[in-house]
Amino acid sequence: MHKLTRATLAFNGLGRCLVADKHVSALQIHSRGFVCAQHVDDLGKNEVYDIIISGGGMVGSAMACSLGMDRNLEGKKILLLEAGNKKVMHKVPDTYSTRVSSISPGSATLLTGVGAWEHITKMRCKPYKRMQVWDACSDVLITFDKEDMQDEMAHIVENDVVVAALTKQLDDLSDNVQVKYRSKVVKYSWPMPHQQANAIPWVKVTLASGESVETKLLIGADGPNSMVRQELGIPTVKWNYDQSAVVAVLHLSESQKYLLTLPRPILCALQLSDTESSLVWSTSHQQAQELLELDEESFVDAINSAFWSNENQSELIETAGSLFRSTLSAIMPSAGSPRQLPPSVAGIGPKSRVKFPLGIGHASEYIRHRVALIGDAAHRVHPLAGQGANLGFGDVACLTRILSQAAFDGKDLGAMQHLLEYETERQRHNLPMMAAIDLMKRLYSTNAAPVVLLRTFGLQATNMVPALKEQIMGFASK
Amino acid sequence: MYANRCERLVRGFVGRQRSASSWTAVCTQRAVCKQRAVCKQRTQPTVTCHTSARSVDPDELRRFQSLAGKWWDDHGEFAALHALNDLRVPFIRDNLLNVHRTRVPGKPLGGLRILDVGCGGGLLTEPLGRLGANVLGIDPVGDSIGTAKLHSSIDPDLRDRVRYRACTLEELSAEREGGGREEQGAAQFHAVVASEVVEHLADLETFGLCCNHVLKPGGSLFITTINKTNLSYALGIVVAEQLLRIVPSGTHDWEKFISPVELERLLESSKSLPFYRVTTTIDLLQECFLFPVFSSPSPRWFLSAVRPRDAVQPRVRSLELDRQHCHQLRPPRRQSARRPRRKPGRGPRGGSTQLSQTTREQVRKEVEKHSDSMRGMRLRKNSQCYRAAA
Repeated sequence: MHKLTRATLAFNGLGRCLVADKHVSALQIHSRGFVCAQHVDDLGKNEVYDIIISGGGMVGSAMACSLGMDRNLEGKKILLLEAGNKKVMHKVPDTYSTRVSSISPGSATLLTGVGAWEHITKMRCKPYKRMQVWDACSDVLITFDKEDMQDEMAHIVENDVVVAALTKQLDDLSDNVQVKYRSKVVKYSWPMPHQQANAIPWVKVTLASGESVETKLLIGADGPNSMVRQELGIPTVKWNYDQSAVVAVLHLSESQKYLLTLPRPILCALQLSDTESSLVWSTSHQQAQELLELDEESFVDAINSAFWSNENQSELIETAGSLFRSTLSAIMPSAGSPRQLPPSVAGIGPKSRVKFPLGIGHASEYIRHRVALIGDAAHRVHPLAGQGANLGFGDVACLTRILSQAAFDGKDLGAMQHLLEYETERQRHNLPMMAAIDLMKRLYSTNAAPVVLLRTFGLQATNMVPALKEQIMGFASK
Repeated sequence: MYANRCERLVRGFVGRQRSASSWTAVCTQRAVCKQRAVCKQRTQPTVTCHTSARSVDPDELRRFQSLAGKWWDDHGEFAALHALNDLRVPFIRDNLLNVHRTRVPGKPLGGLRILDVGCGGGLLTEPLGRLGANVLGIDPVGDSIGTAKLHSSIDPDLRDRVRYRACTLEELSAEREGGGREEQGAAQFHAVVASEVVEHLADLETFGLCCNHVLKPGGSLFITTINKTNLSYALGIVVAEQLLRIVPSGTHDWEKFISPVELERLLESSKSLPFYRVTTTIDLLQECFLFPVFSSPSPRWFLSAVRPRDAVQPRVRSLELDRQHCHQLRPPRRQSARRPRRKPGRGPRGGSTQLSQTTREQVRKEVEKHSDSMRGMRLRKNSQCYRAAA
């Protein structure tokens, strides 16, 4: 008996035609307006691709690999446009690069499916099992770890390594996916929603070389300052934290086996190997500039004092904290894991200090007719939880699944119906995560006593409840 | 030859209309509705280029002509048909994959030839083309075909695979019978799709016959339409057309709706050959909710039928013969334990069914001629005159 698993969707679809829905959605969709329509003289002259991905970073390359390997999309023409050079890594360099990402198990699954994970593990990556969060103003901490220490919580991988692995995988898929390096896009032209007599129905992309290509679906993966998003005029909720992040590679004095630390006012040390760790220190613009200008010795001192100092702790908070802890341990004596001391820094990698501004951004719409945004182009977060890349990989997995099903149903790939599904699903996942990260950032940015007390009690309570910690870890590792 | 066949077809229809009141019990219900449709057809002027297309209702043609430019508006008059693609494309695709099983990755229906009857603006034709099939879409409304051709011409994938013609199914099957230039023989298509079409037709018999002409043996026929129930009247006409205006008012006529049971009976047990073997009938509401939510079956249903491989092409002559004598041949009935056994020589209402000698001879000759085919078997099984003669 034939199973109609999409019957509910069709009922939804018929429901979409109802009066209230019709007017609202028609209005919204028509008001997702377009810039211009190209003349029909160009019709037929440009090559028409099925999908073009603009931006070949981690998320863009992962999207290209994922689409190229999908069975239902075989025979479709896919193009990846990257403005930079091809990143090939025949031999892993000795020094670590400064930008790293924490790859959650969900993202690792995607990368395994695409075939890039084995290249990454062969090159360089560091799994970790435990995460400890300190508070600057009190002595409390919270520990996240997996029940059995065999499984990893996540991996720390350098961004360059991920891109090189994906590039290698793309070389194998060259019959499905074409890649154009050093191709900067200068202009996008958008289609009209209904077929007009003299308009090109596809998205037209004009490159700096003068060449232009057309596509049925454009995927924008071009980073937080996305040109695709700006040209479409999609309203974006964004603000700059008045902070910059200083990134450096640290050499630690003693080896740390399995620790990702997140202590003190948003100082984050991500373990790269047993003795090396990547530092992300979020602080005000002024202090960031000062830190960059310090010499190496003073910089190391500054970091050590940040890890170890007690100057922000007040008596009141300490007393309150210890009182609360003893109460909780009376109720739940079993909770609590072994504490690990913060690391002490011996030196830093040569010339490895970099500064970049921090902000948060979220596009209110991820899609338009024949366009979809993924990765940082759609949402940009603070790096404190290492989630930015993971959200991007989640977008890749979701969009690939939806496009694959649409192709198997014979649909036009750029049609709004299934792109709306992608937008709904991802916004529902991304917004709570971004809100949580923003909340944590605000919570940790202040030294005011009531907030600190709140933090203290909250951390201690969460630390004592394993179920809550598991929920948080589960949500973060999707 | 072509002219003779045409003449016989037309004569057959005229004869049918006159003897509508003496149809067998199978078609009595349908005949009443057809009477009304026929009267309406007689009083309206027929559309000039389709004089032989008796299954097409001119009123419907006019209505769709006025809406020809609006097919591809996702939120316009045909929004419901766009949404229905989510159900009917997987239905057709999966049934064809079950039968044909050639899987080219990326093109599940690669290598299949499909005919889309009543394609309109190509809403269903294009997805089938994208899935790899060679699709021919036909529709009597020329403007709709123009819209469809324009829409598919811009996509380089579809340009080669999807073709359109402004003609009716009767014209196409008559052409095929005459011997088309490019293709040899009558049966051309692996599948015929008639989605949301039968509720707009005036004559389903011809429709079924023509579909059989163009289908290859073992080919599939897919029909999706609206059920004829109180619920379908309430939802399909009152709510959809008058209250919510999802569908333009006057699009559907409840009298023309047909229930799946009736259509199955029509396809499987028509007077001449059993054209089809119905393989799947889906009641959409039951499929969604896994149990009948309302007391009447769901307002919309899908059907897939297969033309048997060993079916012999019905000739018009045998059709005519049957038409003259069908009131004397009992149609296959679903056997019910409660029905009392009839005495031989007595009809359903107790009347006599003695046949004349000439009639018996004719029937016996027909039976012997088709002794190996299913038609012969059915005649043998059901024909009272044969039993009486035996």
